[in-house]
Amino acid sequence: MSTDAYITCRELIEFLDAYVANELAAERRHEFDRHLSVCPSCVAYLHSYRETIRLTRAAGDVVDDAPPAVVAAILAAIRRAE
Amino acid sequence: MLSPESYARDAALVAGLRAGDDDAFEALLQTYSARLLRLARRFLASEEDARDALQDAMVSVFRSIGSFESGSRLSTWLHRIVVNACLMKLRTRRRRLDEVEVEIDIEEYLPRFHQDGHQVEPSQPWTESAEAMLEREELRELVRASIEKLPDSYRIVLHLRDIEEMSTEETAEILGITPNAVKIRLHRARQALRTLLDAPMRTLHA
Repeated sequence: MSTDAYITCRELIEFLDAYVANELAAERRHEFDRHLSVCPSCVAYLHSYRETIRLTRAAGDVVDDAPPAVVAAILAAIRRAE
Repeated sequence: MLSPESYARDAALVAGLRAGDDDAFEALLQTYSARLLRLARRFLASEEDARDALQDAMVSVFRSIGSFESGSRLSTWLHRIVVNACLMKLRTRRRRLDEVEVEIDIEEYLPRFHQDGHQVEPSQPWTESAEAMLEREELRELVRASIEKLPDSYRIVLHLRDIEEMSTEETAEILGITPNAVKIRLHRARQALRTLLDAPMRTLHA
């Protein structure tokens, strides 16, 4: 295989987490960008992977206060443990 | 990264706990109990079990604050104790009675490739944006329900990394696995979740 060969979709998707986290060396990142410039399927995959991370983050957004009864029960349990 | 304010707050909390100051324990609960309860709920479907596990964990924190190492992050240490309490609880109870039917086999939700490295089913663009999705409560619920379908070991890594935004190293320390195992599970969890959301994100209209 010549060094000019494109990486495959499999290689790109298997290491997509490192690409998204900006953990790839410049040369490796360039190979990913080259592949993305000619592969609409991988562009779509990358976009949906990033959206999945956003959706996950937002789905867990709501942190209600712990119910006062929970806090009270814990404090009572600790007093018993003292 | 922990902000200087959070670092100072945690240092004061630890000092107070070590001195046996009751107010410090209450302050600790005010600061962390909601997040830790949310973590326990990721392991245990029953609200009662999640609360019990949190209580067990907090008693353990109270008893072992002397062994907390000053160089560690309080939040990481607390998360680890809650995870252990949840695992203890899980040994005697399953997450839910219908779990076997709810939980997916993750292998079936990962991308598949031909011999030449191309995807068997080329990816299609998502027509919905995450922002548009999240304006609708039923769609947020869809995301939550999809996360629930992931097997325990993947769902917890996804929770700690992508919801709690803990680092790979912290997550590894909390779960007692290697950083590399965290990376592999996170990537697979995201891929499986992407597959679960693929159809709705291509067909729903905001």
